[in-house]
Amino acid sequence: MALVHITIDNQKLEIEEGTTILEAAQKAGIKIPTLCAMPELGFKPGSCRVCMVEVEGLPNLAASCVYPVREGIVIHTHSERTRQARKVVLELLLTDHPLDCMTCEKNGDCTLQDLAYELGVKESRFGRGEKKLPLDESNPFIVRDLSKCVLCGRCVEMCNEIQQTYALNVGYRGSKTKIIADGDSDLRYSECVSCGQCIAVCPVGALIDKNAQGKGRTWEFSRVKTTCNYCGCGCNFDFNVKEGKVVKVTSNPQSVVNGINLCVKGRFGYDYIHREDRLATPLIKKKGKFEEASWEEAYQLISDKFTQIKRESGSDSLAVLSSAKCTNEENYLLMKFSRAILGTNNVDHCARLCHSSTVAGLAQAFGSGAMTNSIKEIAEASAIYLTGSNTTENHPIIALEIKKAVTKKGAKLIVADPREIELVKYATLWLRQRPGTDVALFNGLMNVIITEGLEDKEFIAQRTEGYEEFKNTVLRYTPEVVEKITGVPAEDIKKAARIYATAPTTSLIYSMGITQHTTGTDNVLCTANIAMLTGNVGKENTGVNPLRGQSNVQGACDLGALPNFYSGYQKVTDTSVKDKFSKAWGVDLSDQEGLTVVEILNAAYEGKIRGLFIMAENPAMSDPDLNHAREALKRTEFLVVSDIFMSETAELADVVLPGVTVAEKDGTITNTERRVQRVRKTIEPLADSKPEWQIICELAQKMGYKMNYNHPGEIMEEIAQLTPIYGGIHYNRLDDGGLQWPCPDAHHPGTKYLHKDKFSRGKGKFFAVEYKEAAELPDEEYPFIFTTGRVLYHFHTGTITRRSKGLNEIYPEPLVEINPQDAEELKVKEGELVEVASRRGKIRAKVQVTEKSGKGVVFMSFHFREAAANLLTNAALDPVSKIPEYKVCAVKVQKIA
Amino acid sequence: MMVKKNIAQILVGIDSNTVLSGARKVKTKLITEISKQGLSDQIAVIETGSIGPVNKGVVIGIYPTGEIYGNMSEEDVAEFVQERLVKGRPYKKRLLPERLPLEVDLSTYDPRRTQYVGRIVLDNCGRINPEDIEEYIGVGGYEALGIALKEKTPQEIISLVRDSGLRGRGGAGFPTGLKWSFAAREKETPKYVICNADEGEPGTFKDRLIMEGDPHKILEGMAICGYAIGANTGYIYIRGEYQLSIQRLKKAIEDAEKLGLLGQNIFGTDFNFEVKIKIGAGSYVCGEETALLNSMEGFRGEPRLKPPYPAESGFLSKPTNVNNVETLANVAPIILKGAEWFRKFGTEDSPGTKVYTILGQINRPGLIEVPMGITLREIIYDYAGGISTGEFKMVQLGGTAGDILSAELLDLPLDYKSLQEVGHNLGSGAILIMNESVSVVDLLKCGMKFFVHESCGRCSVCRIGTRQMYESFQRLEKKIAYPDELENIEELAKGLKLTAFCPLGQSVATPVLSALKYFKAELSEGIKPHKIYKPAVRNQSRAEIIYS
Repeated sequence: MALVHITIDNQKLEIEEGTTILEAAQKAGIKIPTLCAMPELGFKPGSCRVCMVEVEGLPNLAASCVYPVREGIVIHTHSERTRQARKVVLELLLTDHPLDCMTCEKNGDCTLQDLAYELGVKESRFGRGEKKLPLDESNPFIVRDLSKCVLCGRCVEMCNEIQQTYALNVGYRGSKTKIIADGDSDLRYSECVSCGQCIAVCPVGALIDKNAQGKGRTWEFSRVKTTCNYCGCGCNFDFNVKEGKVVKVTSNPQSVVNGINLCVKGRFGYDYIHREDRLATPLIKKKGKFEEASWEEAYQLISDKFTQIKRESGSDSLAVLSSAKCTNEENYLLMKFSRAILGTNNVDHCARLCHSSTVAGLAQAFGSGAMTNSIKEIAEASAIYLTGSNTTENHPIIALEIKKAVTKKGAKLIVADPREIELVKYATLWLRQRPGTDVALFNGLMNVIITEGLEDKEFIAQRTEGYEEFKNTVLRYTPEVVEKITGVPAEDIKKAARIYATAPTTSLIYSMGITQHTTGTDNVLCTANIAMLTGNVGKENTGVNPLRGQSNVQGACDLGALPNFYSGYQKVTDTSVKDKFSKAWGVDLSDQEGLTVVEILNAAYEGKIRGLFIMAENPAMSDPDLNHAREALKRTEFLVVSDIFMSETAELADVVLPGVTVAEKDGTITNTERRVQRVRKTIEPLADSKPEWQIICELAQKMGYKMNYNHPGEIMEEIAQLTPIYGGIHYNRLDDGGLQWPCPDAHHPGTKYLHKDKFSRGKGKFFAVEYKEAAELPDEEYPFIFTTGRVLYHFHTGTITRRSKGLNEIYPEPLVEINPQDAEELKVKEGELVEVASRRGKIRAKVQVTEKSGKGVVFMSFHFREAAANLLTNAALDPVSKIPEYKVCAVKVQKIA
Repeated sequence: MMVKKNIAQILVGIDSNTVLSGARKVKTKLITEISKQGLSDQIAVIETGSIGPVNKGVVIGIYPTGEIYGNMSEEDVAEFVQERLVKGRPYKKRLLPERLPLEVDLSTYDPRRTQYVGRIVLDNCGRINPEDIEEYIGVGGYEALGIALKEKTPQEIISLVRDSGLRGRGGAGFPTGLKWSFAAREKETPKYVICNADEGEPGTFKDRLIMEGDPHKILEGMAICGYAIGANTGYIYIRGEYQLSIQRLKKAIEDAEKLGLLGQNIFGTDFNFEVKIKIGAGSYVCGEETALLNSMEGFRGEPRLKPPYPAESGFLSKPTNVNNVETLANVAPIILKGAEWFRKFGTEDSPGTKVYTILGQINRPGLIEVPMGITLREIIYDYAGGISTGEFKMVQLGGTAGDILSAELLDLPLDYKSLQEVGHNLGSGAILIMNESVSVVDLLKCGMKFFVHESCGRCSVCRIGTRQMYESFQRLEKKIAYPDELENIEELAKGLKLTAFCPLGQSVATPVLSALKYFKAELSEGIKPHKIYKPAVRNQSRAEIIYS
């Protein structure tokens, strides 16, 4: 854009044409008061009329937030005329606004208040015309006090343009104008997803965080920037603390990943921190009942038992489950504890259950298994192929980037998913494959790409190997053959293939719909194949992007809470690696790969694992075939669980140790885009609880191994020394937005996207992958395909979200989603109880009749202990990664009379 | 007996006003009675648009003699036929002083000076059957389109319109040719022509009567505009209340398409143009061109930010030209007769004629078309037949958002420039003439109530300011206003004018500021002497204020 010369308050300025006067003024260091505009978010509604300025030659004043500068323009931002006009505007706004600042939640943080102060408006010369509109308190998180609304329109912009929920809009007109939810219903019963984005932008007290009401004024809070501990997006926000209590969460605009965006869980789902039923002291089970114990007693008992079992049955009769909800430092320490003290590689964590196939598959094809690109690059892709990810519910903030790509940047979205997920609304093309047929679908797409000559020949020749064998396999999967397997029309396969191959950049995004299959690794290999085939990897904005489920599941893998890797994916079977760690830790180490999660439980079931330490995980809810898993935990001779609540797993333990929440400890976690970010200690550990890193250290000391750190930052120093990809990660570098690995040294800026110029393994490798059926298919007795996942309002096994009052109010009970046709055949209606049974178990829950589920497919989330979906799922494993097949098993559904 | 074969036509004005008074029944009865008298061969009964007078019930005119009868009822018909048609004498009971506009010899006629009866926009209104395309063609209809497509380049058309000096008749008076040239120079396609028929200004119904009386003229103007700017689609955005207009426009579109005058390859050229109708849902602000675009796209009817202007990014973000009905009705005559001819009417700055609806306490309210530049006095005393009762007090020019003027401005010429020089606007074409019985406070209050209701609510000053002013006028009316009430009103009105988002909000100030200028003394009478300024007291008055 051309530069133009402008004069603003007698300052001469050279600035890009088309910049708004408001932005130009900001650059000139002039502050123009505003109420509605938020240029940083692209909001320029021009509705408040406060930012009016004088432009020479214009008869009227101009709204600076929207008026673009042009050559020679002369602007006066603080002339007498503008000041008078602003005063009139403000006085008008005040006639319509209750003057109850003394009791208003927003007092001290209110733009209207600030403006009145700035312009010296004490009272309005016009009459009071106060609106009296009823308070909308229907939503458990958001109070709407429309009497205070200044109708700036920010919430509407937020809801419709960024969040794209389309719940809020301007309704009615003239003096009856107000913000309405849907067709003027209560917020609770509208499309609202309770993200609270509207609260974050409201300039006045019209939208208020319900649960923080009356708990303090804005100036009383200290704010601590930290990273959200729910999903893998890695959003930053501020905990607001008063008198040692976390009162609320507020957006922190400096956040790299999310800006001010947060989802319902991130913004409102932290009331579990101060729950009364938090574990307060160590507990030891005596005669089947838990009794309170001192830390000393607990440590002694654990130390004695582990030492005894190790002596009697060898190190490999012990095992450790680490946690994707704990910090990098804690994961590192626990795997060190397992390997150096217990002497076993039997260490794993729930990544086994979600993305182990990603790690296995992408490591084979590319050399490392993580998102190749950054979250911010998603919005820049020209096409997005989304498969096996209900992003809106599971990675809400990443879904915003996808929506932005489609609606603001014109990207084409292809959704391949058996369920009609919300993002289907944004899709150019929706491929509804039969669950478990992803390999066939991918091969079909690649078949079209090759047959139509759309492959990136140069990329294949220069950057890859194994192409010919792969090609021969793929050529057998013609669209017509694939249509028969997957149910996706051949024409759609062709269309999708053409979009994938011809768009300048196509970002492939997937999640557990791909990985949680007995063919999980094969599915992942296919994603790598199609990306390499079209040259869509190793470049900005395009690549293979697995979305990791938990806040630190990436970090837990990175830090070696895996039976076959030390930190940084260094193989336990590699002697030089073993020697390095052996030397650093001062002990001999095993070079035998350990057992995976499901294998550990199977071994426990058989009595081969006698002692098990579980840090903040809940296999009694999360593992497949729960009856079997729970029995295994029961049979474990000595089970130690650390957690913040008495989880289903903790109930089965011999010793329970009280850990802390993310608000009570320092550390780092690594989000799905490989970004290592800080969590910061906000409050002191409650009651007698301790951060897990401290628990591990103290237990290690008790067992006679010197493990002494004053602060997690010291642990990170050790990690950096031993872990090449984390080599440059130091706490003092993490304050502004963290670092993305690989970051090999202290001067490395981190890596935005992977495999530039060269894959981690050298050349990318094509794998010829054949389609295989899922392990258990529907038959006459069990005619439905059962598939599982998560919902927006809950997280994982529900340990924390089920304890969040508001989340549980919105989504209180498990629901069985079935297709209307199936419902009709089963003669069940919405809300009626059904029994869902598989060969392994049965549960009861209410029915939700929805087109989301295809015919013959039943969906349930696994958050609810009263109807734990994993009682039904199949523990059949992927042979390579050992991930269980959560996404397909056979069930029958019966109405309960 | 004057009747010879086909020598006389009875014109029955069928528009939405007269329909309500029973015009269709009168027409049927006329046919029956004429036939009874055996005169069907000689006298044709023709349905036409508005003949002019609007408060005179069913109006019929006789061509070629030019006399007009009003307040005709079914019962009158037999006697009328007997007296006027059989006996050949005027039917005095219903005779009106107005005359049908007849052909004028321009060579001997000075349209700027004399009372003008020849017309440009309304030329066919009340003369031809609007539902018969043949009649339109018979009076030269669609000839202009043919000339434009076959003999002129789009650039020539735009130059011609520019040279004619035609300015937008919706109220703002923007030069039409210039507007067209903006849309024409855009590269983006498709482009759109939109006819703004959302005539929402209270007291204004000229567009309705134009559409009801001569729908093809609008279509022809749109097609010419489409050719000039490079658009192949036109939309008429029309008020939902205008049922008869909608019906006649629809028929006109169908008929024109059948004859190949709209649609594909018009006049055998490669120019295609289709016209569609979009019906509004009843919002004043949707008459503002960008709010209109929002409404057409299915969004909330509120104005958009300008720039970008519609010419650059309008309907569906494509280049769009929006013109008022009356503006478009001027197009075909200009193409046909030339810019020179057009400039013979009106003033140097504002050539052509203007269609007004004249209303109020006058003897002959109705629809008139007069040259630009004639004075208010001429309109009131020549066309409107003078004040019906009492003395002239004031006039509101251009609808509710128009200036309120006093007698001192009676000799001001009505054209864009003259009015601008004294700080006023011509507005939409409504002229409301009032005598001393009307209180200026009452007038302002009623107008403001309308704005309170019609403000879209988007920008703060309009949403709240209109209501505050309404409350002020209520206090003035009850004579309980505050000592500083008028200063506050003035401050508020100026604030609105300076800061409101759209022309609606800005124009709210117009009647208020002009009333303050000319009727300050009367307004001051509403102030309660010695009233103490107490905001808390103001709050209590809320209970009496009811908005609806």
